[in-house]
Amino acid sequence: MNIAIPVDDKNIKSNVCISFGRAPYFMIYNTDKEDSIYIKNTTADSAGGAGIKAAQLIVDNKVDCLLTPRCGENAANVIKAANIKIYKTNDSSVIDNINAFISGELSLLDEIHAGFHNHGGK
Amino acid sequence: MKIAVLSGKGGTGKTLVSVNLAASAEPSTYIDCDVEEPNGHLLLKPENVKTEEVTVPIPYVDNDICDGCRKCVDFCRFNALAHINDKLIVFDDICHSCGGCVIVCAKDALTEREKVVGKIEIGNSNQVEVRSGILNTGEPSGVPIINRLQDGDISSTNEMIFVDCPPGSACVVMDSIKDADYCVLVAEPTIFGVHNLNMVYELVMLFEKPFGVVLNKSIDGENPAEQFCIDRGIKILGKIPFDTELGKINSNAEVAVRESDEYRKLFSSLLDSLKREVAYETTSNS
Repeated sequence: MNIAIPVDDKNIKSNVCISFGRAPYFMIYNTDKEDSIYIKNTTADSAGGAGIKAAQLIVDNKVDCLLTPRCGENAANVIKAANIKIYKTNDSSVIDNINAFISGELSLLDEIHAGFHNHGGK
Repeated sequence: MKIAVLSGKGGTGKTLVSVNLAASAEPSTYIDCDVEEPNGHLLLKPENVKTEEVTVPIPYVDNDICDGCRKCVDFCRFNALAHINDKLIVFDDICHSCGGCVIVCAKDALTEREKVVGKIEIGNSNQVEVRSGILNTGEPSGVPIINRLQDGDISSTNEMIFVDCPPGSACVVMDSIKDADYCVLVAEPTIFGVHNLNMVYELVMLFEKPFGVVLNKSIDGENPAEQFCIDRGIKILGKIPFDTELGKINSNAEVAVRESDEYRKLFSSLLDSLKREVAYETTSNS
C-alpha cells in the first residue's frame, strides 16, 4: 500500500506540512517495502488552484490513501474522485503518523475547508 | 472625462465623494464598481432601471470524446482542470475564462458554456445615469462585471463619468481605474488612514495615472494624511469636514448636494478643482 503525506523536507524525520496544496514535497511511503520516495510539489507556488494540481499529482502517483492535517474542498473533490481515502494526521512526526496509521489510530479527515485561495493559511 | 474614486479600505468616503461629484456635475454618469457591496444606488435611488445579466464562458467537457491527453490540464495556469479516472473535471470557480483549454484540445472535446456571475443595473437619478454592478454571492471575481459596466458598446454619452471603485488595491480596483483619465484618492486623517492611502498611492503611481487627494473627515489640528501629501508634493483637491450634519444626511440615504447649500458649494468647488487638474494634465501630456 502507498501512503502520501505532505512534508516540509525530503527526509523521514521531516514534519508533516501544515498545508496540502502548498506543501514543498510529498512523501510516498510503501508499507510493504517499508520504503519512501519524495516528489516535488511543482505547483506549491502557483498563483491559484494549487490544491487541484497537487491532488492530481497524488492521484497520478497511484497512492491508496493520503495523510494530511487538512485539505481544501477542490483538492478533496479530486482525491475522492480517485477513490483515495483522506486521513487526518496528528501533531507528531511523519514516521509517527505512518505508524499510527498502520495501527489504525488515525481517523478519516471529516473537516474539509472551503479553501484559503490566497487569503492566509500559510 | 472619466474620474475614478478609490481608497485603500472601505468606509473612507468613496461613495460619498463619487455620488456627490456626479450629482454636482449632472448631466453625468455614476458607475458603482464596488460589485461585492454596491451602495451608491441607495443614495441616488435610480428610476427606470434596466437589468442585464453578466456571464462568463466556462469549459464544458464531453468525456466520450476526451481521449485524456491532458493538454488542457497542462495548459491551464490557474489549475482549473484535473483528469481523474479517465474523466476531466472542470473547477468553475477557479477558471478565469481565458478559453485556452478549448483551443489546445485537439479532439474538440471542450466547448464553452455561459455561466451567470451577476448583473448590471442602469437607471437614472435626475440627470445622473446610475450604473451598478452586482456580483452573485459566492462568485470569486467581480472583474467580468466591472468590465461589462465599462464596455464600449454600452458606453455612456455623458461627458463626466465618475467611477466608484471597490476598496483596496487588488485586481478589481485595477480594472476599475484602467480607463480613468484621473484618480481621486479619498483619505482619513489617521495613521491607519495614511497606511491605506499609501496602498492606493502606490497603485496609481504604478499605473502612471494623474491623481489628487480628498481629505475626508477633516478636523482641526494634526492630519497625518495631509502631512503625507505635503511630504510627497501630492495635490490636495479639497477637504470634507468631520460633520454630524453630513453624517445625518448620509445616514438618511440622501445626496448631500441635493439637501444642503453648504455641501452643494463644497462639491462644486471640488468639481472645479478636479476639472482644472484634468485639463492641466491633458494639456501637459499632449
